[in-house]
Amino acid sequence: MTDIHEDPVFGTDASTTRLPLGLGMGEAVSPLELVAVPEGGESTQGGGMFVQIGRVFIQNKLAVVGLIIIVAFVLFCFVGPLLYHTDQTNQQAVLGTVENGAPQPGHPLGTDSTGFDILGRLMYGGQTSLIVGFASAFVATVVGVLFGATAGFFGGSVDAAMMRFVDMLLSIPILFLLIAMVTIFSSSEVLIILIIAFVSWLIPARLIRGETLTLRVREYVQAVRVMGGRGGRIVGRHIIPNSVGTIVVFATFQVADSILLLAALGYLGFGIPAPGTDWGSMLSAGADAAGNGWWWEIYPAGIAIILVVVALNFVGDALRDSLEVRLQRR
Amino acid sequence: MTGFIFRRCVQAIIVILGVILIVFILSQLIPGGECKAVNGPKATVTFCRHWNVLNGYSQPLWVQFWHYIIGLPHLDLGYSYKRTQPVEAVIAEYLPKTLVLVGTATVIALIIAIPLGILQVVKRNTPADYGLTALSFIFYAMPPFLLGTLLIIFFSFDHHLLPSQPPSDASAWAVFTDPRAFIMPMITLCAITIASFSRYMRSSMMDALAEDYIRTARAKGANQRVVLYGHALRNALIPILTLIGLSLPAIVSGALITENVFNYPGMGYLTVQAAQNDDIPLVLGTTLVITIATVFGSLLADILYAVADPRIRFGRATA
Repeated sequence: MTDIHEDPVFGTDASTTRLPLGLGMGEAVSPLELVAVPEGGESTQGGGMFVQIGRVFIQNKLAVVGLIIIVAFVLFCFVGPLLYHTDQTNQQAVLGTVENGAPQPGHPLGTDSTGFDILGRLMYGGQTSLIVGFASAFVATVVGVLFGATAGFFGGSVDAAMMRFVDMLLSIPILFLLIAMVTIFSSSEVLIILIIAFVSWLIPARLIRGETLTLRVREYVQAVRVMGGRGGRIVGRHIIPNSVGTIVVFATFQVADSILLLAALGYLGFGIPAPGTDWGSMLSAGADAAGNGWWWEIYPAGIAIILVVVALNFVGDALRDSLEVRLQRR
Repeated sequence: MTGFIFRRCVQAIIVILGVILIVFILSQLIPGGECKAVNGPKATVTFCRHWNVLNGYSQPLWVQFWHYIIGLPHLDLGYSYKRTQPVEAVIAEYLPKTLVLVGTATVIALIIAIPLGILQVVKRNTPADYGLTALSFIFYAMPPFLLGTLLIIFFSFDHHLLPSQPPSDASAWAVFTDPRAFIMPMITLCAITIASFSRYMRSSMMDALAEDYIRTARAKGANQRVVLYGHALRNALIPILTLIGLSLPAIVSGALITENVFNYPGMGYLTVQAAQNDDIPLVLGTTLVITIATVFGSLLADILYAVADPRIRFGRATA
């Protein structure tokens, strides 16, 4: 715990950091919702709420570890190439290097079947994996939240029609649809981001719609209605803020899932087209040589995928615990 | 109750019609049209015009769509020119193997995941909980192709314990009669499913424990066992039922990867082979059939959901 207290963002006050989960949090829950609704005054308490969320988050050591891993990988992939120069796109430039070379001076993680340096390739492919992961999760979350909140708020036949559409797309096993689409359209990084987002916005839509259905009959939403609050205000100021836990947690997990989805596409040979690469495509190339004992072509990319995905899941779970106010009160 | 199930069935049919429409639209988006997809990129314009007339592709779209729809009850899914076989004949050969793989893996995963999730809640915030959470994180994060590859390296190449792929002539039921070749594909497919099911089970249980009725039960003096199994578990299982329906497409997607890692001749293996051969009629056919199968599975889970939770029925009726 000691290292955690020195965190610059959430203060060094050890006495508050050590508080058990349930203490000092009661005022942030439903009484506030009831009282504050007329002025929409939750925002005045915002700082306090975020500090409390941060406090619970920071108490979760796994989450701190996860956050450190993610930051480390982002630095590794985007700052790393500035310090460790390798050529990852020009096959001519690596003609002289040994192919499938074991780790050696000059190539700390060996070389792949073309002769590209694997440490450098891990950074280069990692950029693609991280960009695709974060970008498609962002697109998916925004679309899904708006769609789900709208459907849940209106209810009735609008809701039924919108959710049948979601059901329809959700019923299709994603990879089959992805492969059908990638076979028909030629693939590029932007297209893959959009295709992954296209199959991923459905889950948040369903989650937020469900949340909205329960939230819209709550007393404080009815109070807004009675006072003449319109749909946009109810959705924007009450339903979405109250669903923010679900949204943030989903988005975190979705980054992980998008990275995995891209890796799966890469493994099956439908990923980022050459000369680009991603961790999944690297793994695929390595797995082809699984029988040769060239471990350095499998483990670096595999471990990178697992570490990033696990780290994102740690953070997502901690966020879930710290945002789920009801759980803190027990 | 019957009304709810009837509505759900009608919805399933609408969903299937929608999926048929999506597949049909995708087939219309093939660059260069069906003709080039079938006859290769070198097919000339005059040839294609003639070929389109012969094969009915020159008709208005809605006529083509109508022919496509009325062909489906007769299991007419089109023709795989690359294999010179009707699509439905190819699929009939591969579908049972995927159904057996997915069905068995789902049941095994549930049997293992539900007790695991409960155990984690009972032992909440103990080393056992952390250990299981860490394991489920790792398996959840482990791409199935990586897990499969590692299993093959360890069990097949290094120790020669298990065959790296099932015999090519094995029937769908060989899973039960000669399970050796299916152990690794089954582990691969179950691992991620168990990881996500047990995680959901844990959070579902935690959610249930935060409800007011649990506080009431505790206030009445119910002991931990009654609270956990009498109140929390019964409510926590309801989301799991929807989860099965929701997860089926993901499990089927997982089966696609697993089948390709182990050369297991199911729908996923077939689809990837077809995609690599640019056999688009076959890719669309497998996508449609596997989707319809998945819709039926999810429908079943939804019906169970309604049986288990009268609140849902009531909520839908008033919505």
